[in-house]
Amino acid sequence: MIDSLPPGIILIVGGLLLPLLRGRWQQIFLLLLPLLSAAHLLFQVSTHPVAFLDPDGFRIPFILFGYELMPIHIDRLSLVWGTIFHIAAFLGVVYALHVKDSVQHVSALVYVGAAIGAVFAGDLITLFVYWELTAVSSVFLIWASRSERSYHAGMRYLIIQVSSGVILLAGILLHLRDAGTLTFVDAFHELLPTTKGYFLGLNSPGTALIFVAFGIKAAFPLLHNWLEDAYPEATVTGTVFLSAFTTKLAIYALARGFPGTEILIWIGAAMTAFPIFFAVIENDLRRVLAYSLNNQLGFMVVGIGIGTPLALNGTASHAFAHIIYKALLFMSMGAVLYRTGTVKGSELGGLYKSMPWTTAFCIVGAASISAFPLFSGFVTKSLILSAAAEDHRTTVWLVLLFASAGVFHHSGIKIPFFAFFAHDSGKRVKEAPLNMLIAMGVSAALCILIGVQPLVGKLLGPAGITMSGVLPSLDAILPYKVNYDAYTTSHVITQLQLLLFSALAFTVLKLAAIYPPELPSVNLDTDWIYRKPLPATVVWLSRTGVQIRAAAVRVMIAQLKHVLPWVQKQCGPYGSLGGSWTTGGMVIWAAILLGTYLILYYL
Amino acid sequence: MNTEKKYWLDDPRNVNKIVYTLYVVCALLVGADFLYHKHTHFDFEKWLGIYGWFGFTACVGLVMAAKVMRKVLKREEDYYDR
Repeated sequence: MIDSLPPGIILIVGGLLLPLLRGRWQQIFLLLLPLLSAAHLLFQVSTHPVAFLDPDGFRIPFILFGYELMPIHIDRLSLVWGTIFHIAAFLGVVYALHVKDSVQHVSALVYVGAAIGAVFAGDLITLFVYWELTAVSSVFLIWASRSERSYHAGMRYLIIQVSSGVILLAGILLHLRDAGTLTFVDAFHELLPTTKGYFLGLNSPGTALIFVAFGIKAAFPLLHNWLEDAYPEATVTGTVFLSAFTTKLAIYALARGFPGTEILIWIGAAMTAFPIFFAVIENDLRRVLAYSLNNQLGFMVVGIGIGTPLALNGTASHAFAHIIYKALLFMSMGAVLYRTGTVKGSELGGLYKSMPWTTAFCIVGAASISAFPLFSGFVTKSLILSAAAEDHRTTVWLVLLFASAGVFHHSGIKIPFFAFFAHDSGKRVKEAPLNMLIAMGVSAALCILIGVQPLVGKLLGPAGITMSGVLPSLDAILPYKVNYDAYTTSHVITQLQLLLFSALAFTVLKLAAIYPPELPSVNLDTDWIYRKPLPATVVWLSRTGVQIRAAAVRVMIAQLKHVLPWVQKQCGPYGSLGGSWTTGGMVIWAAILLGTYLILYYL
Repeated sequence: MNTEKKYWLDDPRNVNKIVYTLYVVCALLVGADFLYHKHTHFDFEKWLGIYGWFGFTACVGLVMAAKVMRKVLKREEDYYDR
C-alpha cells in the first residue's frame, strides 16, 4: 500500500491540509512533511534497490483507457533528482519557517510535491499533469509579494509556464500518434549499451514540440526571460523554492528524453555565455542571481547534449550541487532583503558589519558557484568541461571556460562585494533570523562537504578512504559508474589561475574606475517585446479598428440614403416583391427548384 | 564622537594589503606552471599561465561588452511601470 503511493503525493496532500493547523503545530507539520516524504521514498528504494545497469528500475504501471500509465518509476537518474529535491524542500521549509502566510506554505509544498512527482513519472501524461501543477502552484509564491509589480510578473510567468504545458501536451499527442506509446522510461537505459543514442530524440513533430516545451521551462536562450522576470519579484522565501525546482525539473526531463542530442550542446553553450553580460550590469542582486542561474543551466544542457556517461554524470551532479548553492545564494540575498527591504546593489554595501554570518554563508555559496577548489561546483562542473574536452569540442569548451570565468566575476565577486562590502551604505540591521541562519548554515556545510569529500580519500590514504566511505558521497547516487578525479594538480592549479586572474581583472577595473557602477535602472531583455511593443501594437490596432469601423458606418449610412427609396419601391405595398403571390405561382417555383435539384443530382 | 566599532577593512591600508596579496598569488600561480606536468586535452593549454591570461582577458572583455550593452539597454527604474 505505502509502496504504491507515488513519491511527492505526501507533500501535495500534506500541503493542502496545512491551513487546518495554526502556529507551532503548523511549523512542526511543515518540517515533518519533507522528512516524511523522504522516508517514504527511502522505503520504496530500500524494498526495491535500484542498481547500476538495472534497466528497469522500480516501476508500478497501471492501465487507464487502454493506455499504460506509470506514476511511479524510480531508477538511478530519477533518484538523483528525487534526492536533491527532498533536500532542497527541507532546506526551503527551514528557511521559510518564520513566515506566517499559509498561502506561501501551501503553494510551496504543493509545488515541491508536483516537481518530485514529475521526476518519478514513467509516462508522458503523468509528466504533463505534474508539469502543469508545478506552474499553477508556484505562481502563488510570486503573487504572495502582494504588489502590483509581482501581480503582473506572476501573470506573465503563469502564461508562459502554462503555454509550455500546452505545447507539451500537443507534442505528447502527436508523439502518441506516431510512436503509439506514452512511455517516458526507456530513454535512460537505451543509452547504457552504447554510449550514444537516445529515446525520444528530435525525430518527429511530436518530439520537437516536447523539446520546445522542455526548453521553455529550462529557459533556453530567447525562451528564457520568464525566469529573470519573475523570480526576483517573488517573496523572500518564495524565490528560494522557485530557484530549486522548475528549471531543474526541465533539465531532468531533457536528460531523460534527449541525451546526446547535438543541438543541445550549442543551445547550452549559448546559455552559459549570454546571461553573464546582463548579470554584470544588473542592479537587482536577486536578478543577477537569476541570470547566473540561467548560465548554470547552460552547463547542464551542454552535458545532456554531449550525452556520454561522464557528461550525464556531470549534468546530474552539477544539478545536485547547483540546487544547494543557488538556494544558498538566494537565501543570503533573501535575508538581506528581509532585513534591509532592498536587494539593489546601488543601495547596499558594508553589510558584513551587521550580518557577518549571512556574509560568510553567501561567500561559501559564491565560492561554490564559482567552482573554487574545496567547494561543490569545482567537483561537479569539471565533469562537464572534461566531457567536452574528451569529445574534442574546442569551441564549446572555450565558451564554457569563458562562462566559468564570467560566473565567478558576477556571482562570485559582484554579489558578495556589492551587498556586504563595497562602500558602506550606512545600513545597520539585525542579523538574519535563526531559522534562516540554520538553513544557510546547513546549505553551506553541504556545499563544502560535496567539495571536500572526494579529496578526503585521496589525501589521507587508507584511513581517508574509510572516512570518505562514512561521508555521504555524491558518486554513490550518480546514474553511471565513472571514475573521475577532480583533484589533479593540473586541474587545481589551472582552475585557481582562471579564477584569481578573473578576480585580478575585477580589482584592476575597479581601481581604474572602469568597472560599471551599480545604478538604479532596469535593462531591456526579451521580455521587452511582450511588455512594450506588443501591448502598444494591440492598443494601436484596437484604436485604429474603432476608427475604421466608425468611418465605415458613416459611409454606409450615406449610401443607405440612396438605396432606401429603391428598396421601398420594390418591397412596399405596390412593389413587385411586396405584393401577394398566387398559390399556383408558388407551386410552379417549387417544382422548378426541385426539378433543377434532380437534374443536378443525376449530373 | 563616532562610537561605532572600527573594522579591519575600514582602514584603506588593509584593503591595499589584500590587493597586493592578490597580485603576489597570481604571480605565484603562473610560476607554479613550471613545477608540475600539465595534463592537457588541447595544445594551447600548455602555454605558460594560459588559464590566467584567458580568465583576465575574458573578464575584461565581458565588462567592456557589458558597458557597451548598458548604453543600449539601460532604462529608468520605473520604465515598465509607466
